[in-house]
Amino acid sequence: MATGYRQITYDGLWSNNIILGQTLALCPTLAVTNTATNGLGMGLATFAVLIMSNLVVSLFRDIITPEVRIPIFVLFIAGIVTIVDMSINAWLHELYKVLGIFIPLIVTNCAILGRAEAFASKNPVRHAIADGFSMGLGFTLVLVVIGGIREIIGHGTLFANASSLLGHSFNFIEMTIIPGYHGFLIMALPPGGFIVLGIILALKQNHEIRKKSRLATVNIEPMLINMESSLS
Amino acid sequence: MNKKSAVEPGYRNKISYHTILLGGTAFVFGALITFAHITTHDDIALRLQEDMLASLHQVLPPAIYDNKPLDDTLTLKPDGPNQAGLKIYRARKAGKIVGVAFEITGTGYGGAIEIIMGVDKDGKILGVRVISHHETPGLGDKIELSKSNWITKFKGLFFGNPKKDKWKVKKDGGYFDQFTGATITPRGVVKAIKHGLELFEKNRSQILGIKTPLKTSLNGTTIFFRRYG
Repeated sequence: MATGYRQITYDGLWSNNIILGQTLALCPTLAVTNTATNGLGMGLATFAVLIMSNLVVSLFRDIITPEVRIPIFVLFIAGIVTIVDMSINAWLHELYKVLGIFIPLIVTNCAILGRAEAFASKNPVRHAIADGFSMGLGFTLVLVVIGGIREIIGHGTLFANASSLLGHSFNFIEMTIIPGYHGFLIMALPPGGFIVLGIILALKQNHEIRKKSRLATVNIEPMLINMESSLS
Repeated sequence: MNKKSAVEPGYRNKISYHTILLGGTAFVFGALITFAHITTHDDIALRLQEDMLASLHQVLPPAIYDNKPLDDTLTLKPDGPNQAGLKIYRARKAGKIVGVAFEITGTGYGGAIEIIMGVDKDGKILGVRVISHHETPGLGDKIELSKSNWITKFKGLFFGNPKKDKWKVKKDGGYFDQFTGATITPRGVVKAIKHGLELFEKNRSQILGIKTPLKTSLNGTTIFFRRYG
């Protein structure tokens, strides 16, 4: 497993991105991305929990045996999510009113268990945190992109009500892209999520296939030259 | 793992180690969650009370009363054996009740919709707010004040304006607007508010502390017929 920070960042943001690369966590992805703001809220909440769960899993990776690792990871994640949920409710109540609905959903996010299993349990703490950071960031970005596309087509706005999540200094990012738009309902409903996600996945696949074929032609050229020289 | 196994102590393969490890983790996290619950419990209760007060302020304009409705409550007798009694918050001016607020539950597309409504002593709505719901974001959530002003349109209405049989959404032949793409949610809210007004009407004498024994017994009969009829 590659563990350079560059590689970790590239994996998390693009090549092995939770949604685009691993196609995990599709349930929360499709459920909350009807607006960019909702995607951002879910992304940020997942981001925080992912870093914490990677940290804890990595810290105890030498004590945990493979036989019982899965239930222990589940306990870690469920425990962290519950404690985070209670703390935000008690001390950051305004934020809780906005993020509150997303936090319990994180428990169902298999990507967190996936990162615990695939990365944090095999790597030192600092790498595990970096992985949580880049995976969480990549997840958030994709949620915002899907949410943004669905919101623009579905409602004609972008980042509507974002100031209730980020505070009033972020009023400026609330935009009406298409004034007087009556909405395109299917994009706001779950099918819209499937459609947008499908298109994004197809674009990424397409990009990767082109890249691969480009690499292949580059590799073939010297071979051809060799063949030609050996023929002559 | 393979590289380590040469130096790995043998106890790691024993079932007792696994048991203790798993049990220990469960215990530690159980303890942590208990600790978190104890630390946050009072704060959460306080926050919820602040929320309640804030919602009370929205449905009972503070200018019309001078007492503390949060501490001046009355619990109505439950309708059925398994229901909780309705808690009424009473707003008084110089000791006389000028309005009350109470919570009602409607059923929307995604489950329960918790609503708080304020009604003045004559049964006119002072304000309605949705406290919590599970409606589709972007569609059904227009019942929230932060998303749309739909919920404010109930202010000042009563049975008679519109008429009692018009307390429905337009799609069902009633008075109230539904939203594009979401009929079930506003239907549930309107139904719940109508029910709230009916509850107020039915228990008005008890809520306001007016003693009219004949009316109370009559009301009792109505409840009886409605439940078994």
